[in-house]
Amino acid sequence: MKRFSGDISLVLGGAAGQGVQTVEALLVAVLKREGYNVFACKEYMSRIRGGSNSTEIRVTNKKRSSFVDRIDFLFAMDKDVIPHLQKRISKDTILLGEQAKVCGLSEECHVIDVPFTRFANELGNPIYTSTVAVGVALGILKADEKVFEQYLREHFARKGEEVVAKNIEAAEKGYAFGKHIAYHEGIEVHLAKSQAVEDELLLSGDEALGLGVLAAGCNYISSYPMSPGTGLLTFLAQQGKKFGVVVDQAEDEISAINHSIGAWYAGARAIVTTSGGGFDLMVEGISLSGIIETPIVVHIGQRPGPATGLPTRTEQADLNLALYAGHGEFPRAIFAPGTPEEVFLVAQQAFHIAAKYQIPVFILTDQYLLDSVRSLPKERLQNIKPENRIIETKTDYKRYALTEDGVSPRGVPGYGVGLVGVDSDEHDEMAHITESAEMRVAMHEKRWKKMEGIREEAFMPTEIGDVKHADTLVICWGSNRGVVEEALEILGQEGIAALHFHQVYPLPEKSKKLFSKKKIVVLENNFSGQFADLLTREYGVKVTENILKYDGDPFSVEEIVLKLKALS
Amino acid sequence: MIDKKLYDMPQGTDMAWCPGCGNFPILNIVKMALAELDREPQDVVICSGIGQAAKTPHYLRVNYFNGLHGRALPPAIAIKVANPKLTVIAESGDGDTYGEGGNHFMHTIRRNPDIVSIVHDNMIYGLTKGQASPTSEKGLKNPIQPTGVIVDQFNPLAVALSLDATFVARAFSGDILQTKEIIKAAIRHKGYALVDVFQPCVVFNKQNTYQWFKEKSYYVDEKHDKTDKLKALELAFDLDRLALGVIYQREGKPTYETLVREGDEPLYKHATDMTALERLIETYK
Repeated sequence: MKRFSGDISLVLGGAAGQGVQTVEALLVAVLKREGYNVFACKEYMSRIRGGSNSTEIRVTNKKRSSFVDRIDFLFAMDKDVIPHLQKRISKDTILLGEQAKVCGLSEECHVIDVPFTRFANELGNPIYTSTVAVGVALGILKADEKVFEQYLREHFARKGEEVVAKNIEAAEKGYAFGKHIAYHEGIEVHLAKSQAVEDELLLSGDEALGLGVLAAGCNYISSYPMSPGTGLLTFLAQQGKKFGVVVDQAEDEISAINHSIGAWYAGARAIVTTSGGGFDLMVEGISLSGIIETPIVVHIGQRPGPATGLPTRTEQADLNLALYAGHGEFPRAIFAPGTPEEVFLVAQQAFHIAAKYQIPVFILTDQYLLDSVRSLPKERLQNIKPENRIIETKTDYKRYALTEDGVSPRGVPGYGVGLVGVDSDEHDEMAHITESAEMRVAMHEKRWKKMEGIREEAFMPTEIGDVKHADTLVICWGSNRGVVEEALEILGQEGIAALHFHQVYPLPEKSKKLFSKKKIVVLENNFSGQFADLLTREYGVKVTENILKYDGDPFSVEEIVLKLKALS
Repeated sequence: MIDKKLYDMPQGTDMAWCPGCGNFPILNIVKMALAELDREPQDVVICSGIGQAAKTPHYLRVNYFNGLHGRALPPAIAIKVANPKLTVIAESGDGDTYGEGGNHFMHTIRRNPDIVSIVHDNMIYGLTKGQASPTSEKGLKNPIQPTGVIVDQFNPLAVALSLDATFVARAFSGDILQTKEIIKAAIRHKGYALVDVFQPCVVFNKQNTYQWFKEKSYYVDEKHDKTDKLKALELAFDLDRLALGVIYQREGKPTYETLVREGDEPLYKHATDMTALERLIETYK
């Protein structure tokens, strides 16, 4: 008898092209619709076919949004799955797959033979294996078969009645088999369903970013594909047309950023999306945006470097890149969301800050966050009303008028009778080249003056646990919010609390005091502790310990619990 | 026709060009062309990169985007897309357009936006003091290649033609009236118009002078069929006798801004349809 209650981890493994993604998409959608809390994340190799990829789906009573090492059910669709995930397989893991593909395990392991090939033959096409697998999983969970059928009907509707019927047949076979083995092998799964979850949204980081960017009034993207930054480009290409978004696939990243800054100059609201390697090529544009005071929003989906690095894996090592990109000195802002709702929010804030202060603004995400899917209530998506802050120019318009707060009202060509010039040279108020030392100082100080406003508007970090009374403070940023929340809950120690930063630069003045008289532990996915260094630079904080990971995988809950236990 | 004086900068504006520079006549020609075509200064944007030619927008009264080296074209395309009602001209040198910006040059031609590229081609790097440019002649002695340029020169007209550019012209800054007509035709052309203007650098290029160019060049006559691409290529490849005028023109190819967006409403007026967004969000349930 094996009993699972309140929290299961279901992992699907297979070669690229074997339908692991399809199974994930179907299973997650159906489970959410049935009212289960779901979270899914994936890891995959940089290849189109073959290799060994896996997806983890967590079904939990409480909302969870983090990766666990533990595997309760492993669906192995291919013989390479077992060696690939060996370290995560324990004697409590239930392995499901065809006998021939789940060999090489110790005798303690609980293996269930699922004759996928036989089912496929009966159905007449191996393409239905994915649907059979989803059926088996739902059968084991004793989920409502009706919801699954209804979903398949909608999902395959445009492919015709025959495809719908075949998929339903596949689902029924899988479901019956799953139910049968659960009974036969004594597997009991108890998971709470809730009506509220049925009405929730199911969003990946990528989708939240796309929706957030639309909510921000974005109407232009020029970019060059690079994983994991491509998702936003694809999203806007597919969804953007009805919103009037211009999508330009640039010849290279240098073109992308110069193009997008040109679009802002003419009154569009543009974003570029890329990863670290592509961003390296964009760096000149950041400096350009800095001096011509033309806004730009940059999304960097981080992956491990240097150079090509690990193209499909995750890391948080481009903070310094974003922080110091571009020659010369000029203000900027950097956001690093940790949940889909934060992604949705900071996408809008990034456009707001860029438009208001006429500066480059970064959204730093990573492969793990972009590819992770979770259910969340729609109310958590907060809107910031977009304002374009463009003025109608008069004949005496001065693009770089020296003002109290450093912000010169921004005009665009063709709106008003004034002329709008921008110049990458140091310039005077009329945007003409100058080599006057006095004008240089005035312009440089004007640009830096904007930093005061940018800092004042900086987002406060999210407090996790009782920060005020804790003696140890765990600091995280970006995609590590979920894992820290869950690890702290498991630890249940009153002395430990955490802060999560979804804006990492500039840091708000007001959160500095939260650090006083505490042991500071900074957790991040890089080698050198980049955010820890930034905290020291900005707040003068002394960091006691760094928890670092740079193998291309996200932190797991178990890993953090162990590391935090070792602290005390 | 509007008054050309409308484009003049105030008296006493400091100009960084050397006396006798071929940039002066081009500046004058552009002002004349815009005036004759009735383009109001506020409806014109000049994009430039870096170099002596790229300083042009500082010397006439229009909107301008003086960006980075080699990057005059990417913002020029974006500006045309963001507001198709504007007249957009990219003005830069041979180094900026064909060297540093070579990839953008190729892919701008492929896109065919309705913009004009005026390339001030002096076959040398002026601002960095006399090094070879992509269009320098083989054998030209310069500080970095003291025994002369060792590679073949870049042929912008042939490259543009082979990428199906819709307007390809060569002009001479020493001939104001003819060049003005070529630039006017380029501005009127619907699509990407390349005008490579020979412009002598009186300080650093002692080989390719006004005299040299005058002797080497000739105008294509009225019988020249501008739609004959093979003939145009033949002219482009002839580096012994340089053909001047509109070498090739093709009408009717869709422009990039009409392919990549709908209508011509400037994007500064655009706002996201929040009701449609709400509906889209609902589909994630």
